This record gives sequence, C-alpha cells and structure tokens, in this order.
Amino acid sequence: MYAFDIERPTTVADAVEALKADEAQPLGGGQTLIPTLKARLAAPSKLVSLGNVKEMQGISIDGDTLRIGGATIHATVATEARSRYPGLARLASKIGDPAVRNRGTIGGSIANNDPAACYPAAALASGATIITNTRQVAADDFFLGMFETALDEGEIVTAVSFPIPEASNYQKFVQPASRFPLVGVFVAKFADGVRVAVTGASEGGVFRWTEAEQALSGTFAPDALDGLNVSEDGMINDLHGDGEYRAHLIKIMTGRAVKAAS
Amino acid sequence: MTKVTMTINGKSVSRDVEGQTLLVSFLRDDLHLTGTHVGCDTSQCGACTVHVDGKSVKSCTMFAVEAEGAEVKTIEGMANADGSLNVMQQAFQDHHGLQCGYCTPGMVMSATALLKDNPKPTEAEVRKHLEGNICRCTGYHNIVKAILAASGQDVSAIAAE
Repeated sequence: MYAFDIERPTTVADAVEALKADEAQPLGGGQTLIPTLKARLAAPSKLVSLGNVKEMQGISIDGDTLRIGGATIHATVATEARSRYPGLARLASKIGDPAVRNRGTIGGSIANNDPAACYPAAALASGATIITNTRQVAADDFFLGMFETALDEGEIVTAVSFPIPEASNYQKFVQPASRFPLVGVFVAKFADGVRVAVTGASEGGVFRWTEAEQALSGTFAPDALDGLNVSEDGMINDLHGDGEYRAHLIKIMTGRAVKAAS
Repeated sequence: MTKVTMTINGKSVSRDVEGQTLLVSFLRDDLHLTGTHVGCDTSQCGACTVHVDGKSVKSCTMFAVEAEGAEVKTIEGMANADGSLNVMQQAFQDHHGLQCGYCTPGMVMSATALLKDNPKPTEAEVRKHLEGNICRCTGYHNIVKAILAASGQDVSAIAAE
C-alpha cells in the first residue's frame, strides 16, 4: 500500500470536513477498499474512517420504513432486521463470510456499487431512499452504472431508508470463490406492485427487470414469468459465466425468489 | 504516525503506527504475536482471524488504528490460565483437526466465535460458518468434528464417515 493517514471523526459534520482534504477518501468497513489499496489501485492521501460516527450506526423503524445507518455492519442487519424485514436480513446474512459481515457496512456497499454487490439489489427492489449528508436520493436515481453512483465528491451515505414490502426474497447464485453473486435477484411485493432488481449480471450494474415486474404485479407466481426472456445483450461475460448463462440465471433466480416469497 | 492503544489478550498496549499499518502487521511485526497467520492477504482464507470486541474479523483487512480502544484477542490468548489447551484447542488436537497447522489459529478463533453465538450448532451450521476459513490439508471433516466435540455434542456418528 502507498502511505496515508487515517482520521476517525465522531460526527458526520467532522467527517465531511475531513473529506475536503485533497485526495481524501471515506473508509467504511474496508472489506473492498483495503484489498483495493493493497493492489495499489487507489492512492488516497488520507482515509476518513466512518466507523466511529455514532449517528450512522444502527437500525430504527421510521413509520413503515426501516432506516439503517450507513456505518451499520452486515451482521447487525442480519440479526436486528429479521423481525421487520426478513428478506433484507437474509440477504445481509449471506454476504461474504462471518468475519467480513462483522466489518463490512451497508453504506460502503451502496456507495461502491460493485456490479455484483448484494445490497444495491435490495435497495433498488425496495424503492429505498439513499440518505446522504446533503440530500435524499431515490435508489432509482442513485445507481448509475458499474462502480458509479449519484454521489458527489466527499458526499457520504449516512443512512438507507427501506420501505418494508408485504413479501420479499433474495436469491443468490453464488460464485463460490468470491462469494459474490454470479447473479442475484431481489423480489419485493408491495400493495401497489412488485419490484425486481438484478445484480451480478449486467455490465451496467444493478438494474430492474421491468417485464417481470409487470407480469408479477398481475400474478405473483413463478408461472407468471413463463414466456419472458432476458436478452443477453449487455450481460457480463467472464470466465465464471457468459452473458447467455447469466441471462438464463436471471429468470431462474427470479422464479425461485417469487416461490420463496409466496 | 498515530498513537494507538488497545487491549490485547488482557494487556494494554500502546504504539505509534502508520495509517496503512494493518492490524495483522501490528500484531506480528510490532508485537511479535506471530500466532496470527497471513495466508492470502486478500481476505479470503481466514488464517488471520482474531477477535475485536468479541467479534471475529480478518486482521489483514482492518487497520491497526481502527482497533483504537478495542479488546483484541488472538490465538496467544486462548489457552487456559495454567497454559493448558482450552476446550476448543484440545478438541482440534483430539480429533486431528489440523495437519500443517497454518490455518489453525484462524479456525480456532472463528470456531470460538461461532460457539459464543450458537453454543450447539448443527454440522451444517458449522460448515456454513467456516466459509471464510480455508484449509488445504484436512478436507474440513476433522475440523468440523472438533468444533462439534468442543460444543459438547456426540461426534461418534461423524467419526464413522
């Protein structure tokens, strides 16, 4: 790693101030950033650790939404969200491995927008709101492409607010070496319709499968997907699976998620 | 350099470290606690697993300064007060849960964290929990058996496999 300093502010305001330094970068749980630094793919002058910011910790119920602080680790979501939003808790319980879940944070996952990360699928399928130090952004407007989000320089994901669906399920077809999904599908059924978000598959990152949403909003059953097909155009082609395979998996995993949620 | 203070295996430790110093480097290079191993250095293998405030973490994927004020426990802090092996360590020996021994410190730390949350895990739960700890010698059978035995469960049926 190149040399850098680490600051550990205790408030969002101090973190934002610290991030104004040249080449400063926020540090969540570091489960992606630290390997990136080791590979010398990033060279910040300073890391601003968000782990000590109390106001970004923990889970609360806010009306009919679940609000999760940006610095909340996956292990906490896996246990504390279980009674209110079991689909989301189950997703969190399957990220990485136990030690990774004790460090990795939801804010880090959302802000990094890895094209195979799990949380962006939950945020997009739930119609979540991404709360930052300056504004609130709908998930539909937040995830812009592979490793690309609507975040400005120095802007921090302080919380994510999830509307709680009537039923939900996340199905992840694991790439066993990395434990990231080769394809992951989050299905969320709300009173006014169904949302389906897909991760791991597209070169554009997480996306909504709108044809499946329309079909499932009519009939919430795996059969509703009969006749639908995902095009392999724009799907990720790599040594783990080609675009055609990933496109096929999207339909299969969506069907499984609907079955598990019904 | 930043001054960090943490409690390691019950003893308070203060040192000046650079920002990029990993917790595992701090333990091994600064404190000479070389029981914690570096296997892959890419957070896959789990050989570097330690406990920070009671939770298992990969010490190759955490900075030393992030452990400021924390209680850290490493394999050196696991034995009984009289120096004898604790229940988990003894179970690994009794059930041949190690061969080369490289992954063993991480396995013991991970297994101990599992039993703290889930004192009587099923075999499937043990295997699931070990997803982040890689062993290239044993094929995992005897590790799983050791952990189940350490939890006080009868492992004679597994021994027949």
